[in-house]
Amino acid sequence: MTTPLAHYLILAALLFSIGLAGALARRNAVLVLIGLELMLNAANLNFIAFWRFGPHPERLTGVMFVLFSIAIAAAEAALGLALVIAIYRHRRTAQVDRFDSLKG
Amino acid sequence: MESIIKYLWLIPAAPLLAAGISALLPRRRRRLSAGLAIGAISLSLLLSCAAFVATFHSGPVTNNFRWFDFGSTSVQLGWVLDPLGAIMAVMVALVSLLIFIYSLGYMAKDPNFTRFFCFLALFAAAMLGLVLANSLLLFFMCWELVGLASYLLIGFWFQKPSAAAAAKKAFIVTRIGDLGFLVGMLLLYATTGTLLFYDHGQGCLEPTAAGGLVASTTIALLIFCGAVGKSGQLPLHVWLPDAMEGPTPVSALIHAATMVAAGVFLIARVYPLMTLDAKQVVAWVGALTAVFAASIAVAQNDIKRILAYSTVSQLGYMMMGLGAGGVAVGMFHLTTHAFFKALLFLGAGSVIHGCHEEQDIRKMGGLRLRLPVTFATYAVGMMALCGVPLFFSGFWSKDAILDSFDREHWLGSQAPFYLGLFGAFLTAFYMTRQVCRVFFGKPNTPEAEHAHESPPVMTIPLVILAGLAVVAGFFGTPAWPWFQAYLTGRQAGFDLSKLMEGHALMVMLFSTGLVTVAIVWSGWIYGRAASRPARETDPLQAAQPALFACLQKKFYVDEFYDATVVRLTAAFAKFSDWLDRVVLGGLVRAVCWLVLALARLDRNVDESVVNEGFDVGSETVRDSGRWVSRLQNGQVQRYLRVIGLAFCALLLLLLWGSR
Repeated sequence: MTTPLAHYLILAALLFSIGLAGALARRNAVLVLIGLELMLNAANLNFIAFWRFGPHPERLTGVMFVLFSIAIAAAEAALGLALVIAIYRHRRTAQVDRFDSLKG
Repeated sequence: MESIIKYLWLIPAAPLLAAGISALLPRRRRRLSAGLAIGAISLSLLLSCAAFVATFHSGPVTNNFRWFDFGSTSVQLGWVLDPLGAIMAVMVALVSLLIFIYSLGYMAKDPNFTRFFCFLALFAAAMLGLVLANSLLLFFMCWELVGLASYLLIGFWFQKPSAAAAAKKAFIVTRIGDLGFLVGMLLLYATTGTLLFYDHGQGCLEPTAAGGLVASTTIALLIFCGAVGKSGQLPLHVWLPDAMEGPTPVSALIHAATMVAAGVFLIARVYPLMTLDAKQVVAWVGALTAVFAASIAVAQNDIKRILAYSTVSQLGYMMMGLGAGGVAVGMFHLTTHAFFKALLFLGAGSVIHGCHEEQDIRKMGGLRLRLPVTFATYAVGMMALCGVPLFFSGFWSKDAILDSFDREHWLGSQAPFYLGLFGAFLTAFYMTRQVCRVFFGKPNTPEAEHAHESPPVMTIPLVILAGLAVVAGFFGTPAWPWFQAYLTGRQAGFDLSKLMEGHALMVMLFSTGLVTVAIVWSGWIYGRAASRPARETDPLQAAQPALFACLQKKFYVDEFYDATVVRLTAAFAKFSDWLDRVVLGGLVRAVCWLVLALARLDRNVDESVVNEGFDVGSETVRDSGRWVSRLQNGQVQRYLRVIGLAFCALLLLLLWGSR
């Protein structure tokens, strides 16, 4: 009747991969954050999909998880952007590969 | 009596305190130092007199106290007040006082005046402590202290090598005797368990003591060893004549009147321990010493040395008196001798002082006109020493000794008696010789010609001592034996007829005859010799050169000791030195070398093996650390990449693993 679960999962995996590629490859800290958001949403999509195709779709557990996750992701994005701005002010750049002061 | 015993300790304590203060005074405080010493000894004299008076009323009293405990036994010391100690204390304090005053004049120009009075006070303290001690241990401590004071004072002019050597000799020779004393004391303690003399019936001298009175010849003779050393008896007499290197007041006080008499006093103190055999030994040693020393004195030329040998000889008489006649006889001679011998020494000091430190009697002569007071008092002392009858103390005390060889009391051989008579003859002979040489004839040197009389501070003690040298004798005549009665606790009766009793009268007449012959003979020989000025050979030397030489060399005793004891000791010391250097030193060096070699080996092992190993190990660790640290380069994205790769790897693993 409807699209099977695998399609959703493939979509989520694609989304995750794009986000991961962005997070790994981009130099700009803001774009890295965007990549992170993509990966997070891929996870959310999986939640929804597994809930919808799970044994108890009538209980709204998946939606609840995702709602919380989105709220946390918003907070996380705000925090991440604040960090990026703080680093930018400190270093006058937002290029992630220039930040290497955590090395031993 | 009860009250005085509580303050008895003050008698030795006062001079001790004075000595302690003087020791801290700077050198220039001469008056203060002398004043302290004289004040302290005056106090002691007053207290001694009070104690002496107290002994008239009651028997011996003691004041014992505990010194320390170890385990269950406690060591007790104490003071005793009895006639023996009281009379000795008075005598010591009196003679000390006179000699202290005399020293004011004699030592007036000495730069170390303060030190001198410090030592004198120390000596007086120790001697008074010795006299009043109620414990053989306390006695021994004071005994060693007087020895120390004697050492310090003989070596007072330590710049002179001879004085330093004499001080050492005195200290070492008396130590030999003291070793015997110490062993005797330990034996006594082992047998009786106490060293107190009197302890309410428990003391070692009391017949009611727990184990009964220990009368062991061994102990008695060992204690006598100490007396032999201190009192200059044969064969340990060699130190006493050499001790004359000290200042003359010291010779008078320590080496004539008091300290050397401590040995005699010791025997008198422990007299209950003396067995019959021990008394025989004491009498024999005394008699031999008396003659031996008197004969040496005949051939000496140093004024003080003559007196020194005379002292040795008189100490022999005291021992003889103790051995044959008992405590009273020996102590009587000790007391009279203290007065007249102190007088003679101080007189000799006055002569030496007057003649600008000249001590050779051959370089004197004719001094009777230049030193009239000294001459008069010296003559009294000389007659007392010779035993000129009736008016001089030496006569009574010497005859009391000779009289004690009465066949009724003395069971041993009569030989000591004849030795004693011979000694008396020699004594009169050498004293006459000395007086003739010093005071009669014409002056032999410019120094003697310009001799001057000493100041009153020196002559007044001489006059007082001369008075005592006469008076002291009357307290112990056979007619009125107050001294003997006092010591033995009896009442003395006055009985002129005792003078006329058989043995006593015979002895008196005999000794008077001998003394007269000696004085006349010697006076005849030396009176003539003295009128011939600057004659170097002695008349006796001209008559008997070999004998005279032997006497002059003191029977070669010093040479004999040098050749035997001293050489043996030196050889042993050399052997010990060799042992130390070669054998023990070699051993030490070998061990040292071994340790060094081990250390070197150790260092090599450490440097080549351990250090190398560690170096390599450390470098490896450092390199690997450098390599690993490259992983953490701070690039966040690379971390993420690693996580991503790891995740993929995990995924693949799980996929394959589930298949």
